[in-house]
Amino acid sequence: MLILHCPHCGIDCDETELSPGGEAHITRHGPGASDEKVEEYLFLRENPKGVHFERWRHSMGCGKWFHAARCTMTLEVFGTYPAQTTEPPESIRKILSEKRPGWSWRDFA
Amino acid sequence: MSKRLAAGGRLIDRAIPLDFTFNNKRMHGYEGDTLGSALLANGQVLVGRSFKYHRPRGIIASGAEEPNGLVNLGSGRTLEPNQRVTTTELFEGLRAESQNHWPSLEFDIGAINTHLSRFLPAGFYYKMFMWPPVFWKYVYEPFIRASAGLGRAPNARDADTYEHFNTTVDVLVIGGGIAGLQAAKAAGENGARVLLVEQTAHWGGRAPVDGAVIGGKPADAWIEDTITDLEAMDNVHIRTRTMGAGVYDHGYVLAHERISDHDPREDRPRHRLWRIRAGQVITATGAIERPLSFAGNDLPGVMLASAVRDYAVNYGVSTGDRAVIVTNNDDAYRTALALHEAGTTVKAVLDARTQAAGRLPDKVRALGIRVETGTGIAKVKGVARVDGVALCAQSGNGSVTEELSCDTVAMSGGWSPVVHLWSHCGGKLLWDADRAMFRPDPDKAPTGADGAGFVHAAGAANGEMSTGAALADAHRAAAAAMGKKLRTKASTAEDEEEMPLEPVWLMPQGAGDALRSKTWLDFQNDVKVTDVQLAAQEGYESVEHTKRYTTLGMATDQGKTSNINGLAILSKSLGADIPNVGTTTFRPPYTPISMGAIAGEARGKIFQPLRRTPLHDWHDRNGAHWEPVGHWRRPYAFPRDGETVEQAVSREVKNAREAVGLLDASTLGKIIVKGPDAGRFLDMMYTNMMSNLAPGKCRYGLMCSENGFLIDDGVVARIDDDTWLCHTTTGGADSIHAHMEEWLQTEWWDWKVFTANVTEQYAQIAVVGPEARAMLEGMGGMDLSAEALPFMQWREGKIGDFDAHVFRISFSGELSFEIAVPASQGRAFWDALIKEGAIYDAMPYGTEALHVLRAEKGFIMIGDETDGTVIPQDLGLNWAISKKKEDFLGKRAQERSHMTDPGRWKLVGLETVDGSVLQDGAYAIADGRNANGQRNTQGRVTSTYYSPTLGRGIAMGLVLNGPDRMDEVISFTRIGGEPQKARIVGPVFYDPEGEKQNV
Repeated sequence: MLILHCPHCGIDCDETELSPGGEAHITRHGPGASDEKVEEYLFLRENPKGVHFERWRHSMGCGKWFHAARCTMTLEVFGTYPAQTTEPPESIRKILSEKRPGWSWRDFA
Repeated sequence: MSKRLAAGGRLIDRAIPLDFTFNNKRMHGYEGDTLGSALLANGQVLVGRSFKYHRPRGIIASGAEEPNGLVNLGSGRTLEPNQRVTTTELFEGLRAESQNHWPSLEFDIGAINTHLSRFLPAGFYYKMFMWPPVFWKYVYEPFIRASAGLGRAPNARDADTYEHFNTTVDVLVIGGGIAGLQAAKAAGENGARVLLVEQTAHWGGRAPVDGAVIGGKPADAWIEDTITDLEAMDNVHIRTRTMGAGVYDHGYVLAHERISDHDPREDRPRHRLWRIRAGQVITATGAIERPLSFAGNDLPGVMLASAVRDYAVNYGVSTGDRAVIVTNNDDAYRTALALHEAGTTVKAVLDARTQAAGRLPDKVRALGIRVETGTGIAKVKGVARVDGVALCAQSGNGSVTEELSCDTVAMSGGWSPVVHLWSHCGGKLLWDADRAMFRPDPDKAPTGADGAGFVHAAGAANGEMSTGAALADAHRAAAAAMGKKLRTKASTAEDEEEMPLEPVWLMPQGAGDALRSKTWLDFQNDVKVTDVQLAAQEGYESVEHTKRYTTLGMATDQGKTSNINGLAILSKSLGADIPNVGTTTFRPPYTPISMGAIAGEARGKIFQPLRRTPLHDWHDRNGAHWEPVGHWRRPYAFPRDGETVEQAVSREVKNAREAVGLLDASTLGKIIVKGPDAGRFLDMMYTNMMSNLAPGKCRYGLMCSENGFLIDDGVVARIDDDTWLCHTTTGGADSIHAHMEEWLQTEWWDWKVFTANVTEQYAQIAVVGPEARAMLEGMGGMDLSAEALPFMQWREGKIGDFDAHVFRISFSGELSFEIAVPASQGRAFWDALIKEGAIYDAMPYGTEALHVLRAEKGFIMIGDETDGTVIPQDLGLNWAISKKKEDFLGKRAQERSHMTDPGRWKLVGLETVDGSVLQDGAYAIADGRNANGQRNTQGRVTSTYYSPTLGRGIAMGLVLNGPDRMDEVISFTRIGGEPQKARIVGPVFYDPEGEKQNV
């Protein structure tokens, strides 16, 4: 059972307090977007063995959404950060480069 | 014959005798006995029958690894099957019954299987029960079900109580042997918050039995001193009878405490499940002795050497009068010494090694006990128990060199560290060829949230078998867990030098088929050496597949005694090294835990919380027929005076249409959306426009997911310039609020909007029917005339003395006022309505009448007309989808080709030709059959009711090209009958012009 740090209320949350929200940093494609973009937006997801970026909500706590950078294989948590961003923050990328040199995820590296 | 010795037994108190029964036979034991030791003390060597061949089975172990000694404990509401006699503490009045035999333990018809064993090889079920397929349902499955399963499942409600306990510690130490005690002491003295758990009732593990001397003191004295030290530390807690059951991600650990199993007369919970968040875990779980694989090793009387020693030293029980010890290591010589001291004749120690030159063998020889090296057992003699053994050269093929009569065979094939808890969460093992054991690989520990190892194996569980080494290792583990150098030192012990063991996986080495087919690996599931060899021959290379094919290591003991021996045979058969074959996956729990402990307090009324509206108690007292709706209970109907539920529903519907109905609508979701960007936000949430709604007005709205599917509906009221109140479905209150928050927080976080779920802040009551206005006006207060409060508007004011928000909205087609009052005033308001309503024949109605009323009007219901695959366009709700808005959630998805396909089934009304009621979910039948030979379909029923208003069945459904096929008659499936014919009509059956609601 995971423990994730909620960057909003500062609590190390037990997984039972959290709700998973799937992949992070997805760009919304609404009216006017091509079929390919819509397919990508609605249906296509990463399934990495290793570094992954996810959305979580502290649903049984402060109610805020946040993002987590996590290893899907070892369950190591590299860091969590507020959801109000479109890309992983520099601080997280630095940690990843130290712990998983050569990491990449979608267009981020 | 096993018996109680005249003296001895460090764990029993001979001053406190206890009576118990086994198969209704009265027996006697002492306080401190396990059921296993007490059975042996009463001469009961035969304790059960094996699973497949119904072979006679005796106790082989003295602890959690016991595969054979499984009994039904208790009876009726306390019956529990498959309880291990070796871990069941004896208490006065204990009742135990043996399992897996008929008609009796001594004479079991199923034992004929042993003579059929030639026809019951590995994978028998897979081979036998394949053909012909038609036999499966009536022949094979009933047969397998009848013969499957050990023990008997209880059929009465569990009389006991259970509980959960949550705790957080820095260091959790699992196992209270000397290594666990040492580790807990070191961690505690260095400031950690420590919890130490031990599965048995006793501290110290095997050390006292093995005669260890620690720090110059006998082990018992050291253990007592250490416990005193641990108890004196405020930061250390210790618990016996508490088993570390499973280690999970990020330091979550489950432990299972048996609080009152040993004394069930006391009024307290039976088991407690500990949910532990541990920073670091030390597994000091010891080791388990391995059996040796020789022919007849499953006969009652063949036991693990350590167990024979335990029974003598701990319980003063002799497992027989004449013992033969067979071993491949020095440790088993301790059993010879213990038996000699207890006065049992040791006829010989058979040592498979070519040399036995260590100090322990020398001590045994010095007592005049015969030691034979290079020697093994060719076969055990006896029918239902051991009569003797035939000796042979270990290096040979089993030619008998000599026979010895005996009634106990004490075997030792070496020790396997208990690596289960290390492995649960991903810890890897390495094969230590010198000591023939898998032990934890310190470089591949289970890792936690920070990526570092959080489990540390200590002592015998880490492969350190001698006392001094185990203590030093435990101290090292404590330092590793705390991540610092400790200022304390480990206790020391003088270790008796031991010579290395020699791996013996088959005895004798060249045993032929006749011997191997009588050589057991798994005693519980009857897996023999030949079964594993056959599996390998048939192409089973993976140890996991072999386990399932042969059943090696399955069921209640999960192969604690059999796994290593089995995979050694498998690896040899495959010509591979043991580490390359690997072990099967170790899964929690370590030993079975009770279902009651898993449930904890969550049973009966507190299984899950019940949500109550402010009117719940009134409903309960006035005959509500309840319906669960999420965590709520809502009245389905209020039957009166011997009415059936159906009659009550009809009465309630008619009364709402003809007089006044009162509905508790408090469960409806109520979400306040407020802020400068609230209108813009709601325009994204709803398919229609909400930003241009004028204050004081209401509008029905639809919400879709980003995939385009309809997820919720309800009436939105504009409260003031920057405030809207969104009504959701009962089930949608929490999820729609979460849905709104998700979009606000993760997509449009710069928009200035707050949401608040105020569902429980208000009691909401619908007053419905032609007399509704007159009745409310009779209560005094605000102006409710059509001019002051037109249809689809809302006002704030007073009804009588109550503070009310009055919404003129209708989900029934009648003149209707939905009135929200503060939850605290809800019950008083309802009482006032009931009182005033008496003049107008007002009656409460339930959810079923609500459904019928809305269906008569053709209003859709989320969850009936929608199922997660339906878009608003399917339901003819295009009028509620804005064409002006550039964007809303789901808009782009609704443009996908699949969504605009004209072949999508569309909503229509359905009238049966004969007036009967269609079945819910019935399919409209089309011509022809599909590829699977099933009838083709062209639609389905989504809602179907008997309409008391119309006196006939009415339904809604989704039908292919439905709106273009008005008046066409199509057929619908009917379970248990001929198809029903129904005519396609418009979905609004009642007052299609909407005149009644708008008065």
